[in-house]
Amino acid sequence: MEFRYEVEGGNFSRAGHASSAVKKILKQLNVDNRIIKRIVVALYEGEVNVVAHAHKGNILVYIDEQKINIKIEDEGPGIPDIDLAMQAGYSTASAAVREMGFGAGMGLPNIKKNTDELKIASDVGKGTTLEMITYLQ
Amino acid sequence: MNISTVVELLEARLICGDVNQEREFLYGFASDLMSDVLTLDSDNLILITGLTNTQVIRTAEMADIHCVVLVRGKKVSAEMINLAEENHITLIETPFSMFRTVSVLYEAGLKPVY
Repeated sequence: MEFRYEVEGGNFSRAGHASSAVKKILKQLNVDNRIIKRIVVALYEGEVNVVAHAHKGNILVYIDEQKINIKIEDEGPGIPDIDLAMQAGYSTASAAVREMGFGAGMGLPNIKKNTDELKIASDVGKGTTLEMITYLQ
Repeated sequence: MNISTVVELLEARLICGDVNQEREFLYGFASDLMSDVLTLDSDNLILITGLTNTQVIRTAEMADIHCVVLVRGKKVSAEMINLAEENHITLIETPFSMFRTVSVLYEAGLKPVY
C-alpha cells in the first residue's frame, strides 16, 4: 500500500495531519498498539520538523506485511551537520516553534529511538530527506 | 484514578469526554514541552499542561494519552475540542496552577513517570 501526504512549512495548525491519517490506517490493519505508537511518534516528529524548518515537504508511506517505510522529503535549508543535529539538546528552532511546545533539540534523537532503521540525507540550501523503516511484528 | 475523581479533586470543568468512563489512570506527567511528552513510554498517563494549542492534542493523539488537564483556566479553541473528541481524548480545565494540580494528584496517588 502507498500513501502520499503534503506538508506545508510554517502551518502549525495542520501539523500532525499526515501522522493522524497514518495512525488510522495502521489501526485498521490491526498493527500492535505499541508499534503504532513508535511509528506515529517518529512520523509526527518528522512532520513537525518540516513545518518548523522547511518551505514544504512530502511524506511517502509504503506498507507491506513486514514493515512500514516512510520517506519525508522537504525543500528547505537542509542540515549542515547531521551529527550535531542528532545530539540531544541541539536546536536551531525559532521562538515561534518553541511556543508550540517544540524546538528543544529532542526531535531527531526521538525519531532514531522510535524507528528500526533511519537514514538522513541533506543538501544545504536544498532540503532534507528522512527514511524511516519500522517492522510491524 | 478515574476521570470523575480528577475532576472533583481539581475543582475542574470537563470540556469533552465522558466523566463516567471506566479508564483508570496510573501516571501523571506535567510539561509544556511536547517534545518531552513524545519521549514517554508509559500507558494510562494524564498529561498536565499550561500550553493550549492544537499540537497539545496532536501530541496526546500520537502518544496514546487519553486525558489532558489544562491548568490555570486556559481557554481552549473549538479546533482543539473537535480534535480531542475525534480522538477520544478527555479534556479537563482546572483553575489551579500547575504546581497545585501536580501536588493534589500526587497526594491522591497518581504516580510520576521518572
